[in-house]
Amino acid sequence: MEDSLKKQLSITAARIRQYVIEGTCCAKSGHPGGSLSVADLMAYLYFVELHVDPQNPRWPDRDRLVLSKGHTAPALYGALVLKGFFSDEEIKTLRHTGAMLQGHPDMKGTPGVDMSTGSLGQGISAAVGMALAAKLDGASWRTYAVMGDGEIEEGQVWEAAMFASHKKLDNLCVIVDNNNLQIDGTLEEVNSPYPIPEKFAAFGFHVLEIDGSSFEQMESAFREARETKGRPTAIVMKTVKGKGVSFMENQVGWHGSAPNREQADQALAELDAVIRQLQAE
Amino acid sequence: MADVIKKATREAFGEGLVALGAEMPNLVVLDADLAAATKTGMFKKAYPDRFFDCGIAEQNMIGVAAGLAAAGKVPVASSFAMFASGRAYEQIRNSVGYPHLNVKIGATHAGISVGEDGATHQCCEDLALMRTIPGMTVLNPADYVEAGQVVRAAVKMEGPVYMRFGRLAIPTIFDSTYRFEIGKGVQLTEGTDVTLIATGLLVGEAIKAAELLKNEGISVRVINMATIKPLDKEIVAKAAAETGLIVTAEEHSIIGGLGSAVAEAVCESTPVPVVRVGVEDEYGKSGPAAELLEVFGLCAANLAARVRDAMEIKRK
Repeated sequence: MEDSLKKQLSITAARIRQYVIEGTCCAKSGHPGGSLSVADLMAYLYFVELHVDPQNPRWPDRDRLVLSKGHTAPALYGALVLKGFFSDEEIKTLRHTGAMLQGHPDMKGTPGVDMSTGSLGQGISAAVGMALAAKLDGASWRTYAVMGDGEIEEGQVWEAAMFASHKKLDNLCVIVDNNNLQIDGTLEEVNSPYPIPEKFAAFGFHVLEIDGSSFEQMESAFREARETKGRPTAIVMKTVKGKGVSFMENQVGWHGSAPNREQADQALAELDAVIRQLQAE
Repeated sequence: MADVIKKATREAFGEGLVALGAEMPNLVVLDADLAAATKTGMFKKAYPDRFFDCGIAEQNMIGVAAGLAAAGKVPVASSFAMFASGRAYEQIRNSVGYPHLNVKIGATHAGISVGEDGATHQCCEDLALMRTIPGMTVLNPADYVEAGQVVRAAVKMEGPVYMRFGRLAIPTIFDSTYRFEIGKGVQLTEGTDVTLIATGLLVGEAIKAAELLKNEGISVRVINMATIKPLDKEIVAKAAAETGLIVTAEEHSIIGGLGSAVAEAVCESTPVPVVRVGVEDEYGKSGPAAELLEVFGLCAANLAARVRDAMEIKRK
């Protein structure tokens, strides 16, 4: 990967993180921790991997992204803003009464959202249905399902995984955001789904393990996923919950609570500094 | 109108899907390891490339149907009513209902008339569950003829639909001139003393009950209410105003189904007594379907008895 692209993606990810902070602060609620852990992935997906058209959000041949971990919608919204699907003014009214941006993704009301999600474990099934539809049509578009590591404790996830490999859906790529924290604590403390790669492999997936902060590793993993035939791919990516904001990193308390104005300003300043440094390089 | 042919509504479901499959290349059918029983196996045989057996995994099946619909297909997902509406309730609510996706749910083996399999498989709560989902159309045909028209109307309309079919072969009461329309109740007999509003296999029993009561001098209006939601409030209000008494009949819990829907509509428009006949607040049990229907009072004799009792309320 060229340094210029890597730098641009890093800046984009930092901007997504700023939208996560600003949005949850304005909403006085929401889920910054897991949104920050998928910000790098959202940057990569929307600015490298996905074929989408902000001018034509319902383009039938677009790639689909299902944010199965729907509570991290702020990261998706940030990416959609930067991609040009809607104005960043919307971020300020995230979760407000009458606003476009709902607490969890709403495909009916928000351009660029391919599936309404929020009830954990359900998004992957919808993604499987989309991949199946593409296969039926002989279409080349692909479907991506972004999942939480706690989310895979839901039994439906494994029903979907079983079916996806049974149907040889090699146009489906499942990404697990393995930040190791869920609301009640670490995954090991609550109800361990580990070992995650082995579980997906046992369900017939081609499995890749990457560092979720490395765009180079994303590049090679998504390429390998595209080239893998006859079975779906699962990319298990190690991430840090709260990534990019010093006082939120690896703090379970930031799963579902929003920063106040003072905390948000500190977080925004930290991310500004990151962006300025990247731009100066 | 009378016909002695006995057929299960699930037969019309399977046949209807096959006919629609020829017209609609985007029609796809999903089942959860019950294709022979639900009759989607007919579609599987005719269009194997457009049939997906999801195995014993109803929650995923509904989610897959949602994804197929989001990508432009018209999916019909089928299982027994218990598992379609119960096991996958939240998937229907959040993945289908909330985004208002064009998913059709064909639920068979509804109610007590499942028979010998007993309580775990006798779903008498599905109409109540599905009725509360915003934007969901809920259909419960009375016989084989109406069931065929229900399948076609459901598949052709835009938006989520729950269709309820039975396992038991029941008398076919309508002929080919019958016309079903979503959202419209159909008055089957004239009557001035009381209105029997029935749905599903209780419609045939209601017609028989009306005959019994006619001989006793009680004039019964019978209405077939195949659309539980959106309810035909006009025909209900008219019946309430003109007959002053309503008795509902359904092979479903008296809580939350047709009886509740009718009572809600009557209370808000033309308050008159409403008596609900259906499965009381209890579970089913094993036994031959015909016997169970009598045990649970889902038969013409009990309907007539309940109407007689209801007439006493009206007289007071």
